[in-house]
Amino acid sequence: MAEFEKQHEIYTRRRGRNYGVLAVLGGFALLLFAVTIVKLGDQAANPTAGASWGDTLMEWMLE
Amino acid sequence: MTDVTAHIPATAGPGEAGFGDYVQLMKPRVMTLVVFTALAGMIAAPDGAHPVVALASLICIAVGAGASGALNMWYDADIDARMARTKGRPVPSGRVEAGEALAIGLGLSLLSILMLAIFANLLAAGLLAFTIFFYAVIYTMWLKRSTPQNIVIGGAAGAFPPMVGWAAMTGDVTVTSTLFFLVIFLWTPPHFWALALFRNADYQNVGVPMMPVVAGERSTRRQIFWYALILLPVAILPAFTSAGGPIYLLIATVASVKFLLESWQVGRRTAADAESDDFRAEKKLFGTSIVYLFAVFGGLILDALLFALIGPMGWPVWM
Repeated sequence: MAEFEKQHEIYTRRRGRNYGVLAVLGGFALLLFAVTIVKLGDQAANPTAGASWGDTLMEWMLE
Repeated sequence: MTDVTAHIPATAGPGEAGFGDYVQLMKPRVMTLVVFTALAGMIAAPDGAHPVVALASLICIAVGAGASGALNMWYDADIDARMARTKGRPVPSGRVEAGEALAIGLGLSLLSILMLAIFANLLAAGLLAFTIFFYAVIYTMWLKRSTPQNIVIGGAAGAFPPMVGWAAMTGDVTVTSTLFFLVIFLWTPPHFWALALFRNADYQNVGVPMMPVVAGERSTRRQIFWYALILLPVAILPAFTSAGGPIYLLIATVASVKFLLESWQVGRRTAADAESDDFRAEKKLFGTSIVYLFAVFGGLILDALLFALIGPMGWPVWM
């Protein structure tokens, strides 16, 4: 089967495309995670302080 | 045992894009300029943001630029297929289907605008949305095929990125960020018309009314010079804003004078001169124009670093 796939450029392209999309999606998830940590960093350290989570979320989005 | 390989095409067919084709769809060379000028706008801005947030905002601007490139390739596939410079692009060559390019363009546009609104602010996101709309709809769908002023007005789309970067950091549009806009806006006509002069046949073949096709080569050469002349003082002005400094002043002056001199040389030449040396001066001006933009906006970055290291040094700020 491996030999079969190697023979065809079409599989190489698809594999490259799939890995590329995987890397982009992974990068996007990491970016979201990092920004979330930075933006909510202060609140995360003391989650009970301040307003409700809804107010905090709105404030964060409108910041 | 049946040989199934006989029923599988040995090479990729239409629509069987590799990842690199999607990257090409987003016009990576244009993206480089967009990213660099937006980065300069962000670094030169008086207010900063956390580096992670700034990086995320910059990625949004880059993706937005790429998305508008994909929309441009989707719409222009018919003329791209008939021009030597563009016939190898992913859509006209059949590696990416037109519908796929449209979906990628629209999807990434929405995503980049939404994420920039969350990462930075609504003003920056609104400016990015307007930039994408301006490039994809106003320039690509309307102006490009209808008026020789296509590049002049459409140049606004390429001029917005430093303003978007600035707005992402400050939440504001100021005189300084408007000057950044004007520098790229005035730089665009000489940049594209230098290219159009030595690619004139391509544009003529597909009926795109570029300035050399409609107004003639002589008039285009004169206009290149006039735009470069107006650009010179406008490019120097940011030196005396809160974003500029001595390095910017030096680079912008030297680069603008060089750009003007080369424009003058191109302006003086005739069609026969250009044919005789295979458009050497025009090609040189095109190359210089790219270096020019990197140099000028690089100057802003260097001044920001200088001031961060040793303070403002009493540098005069007029605006």
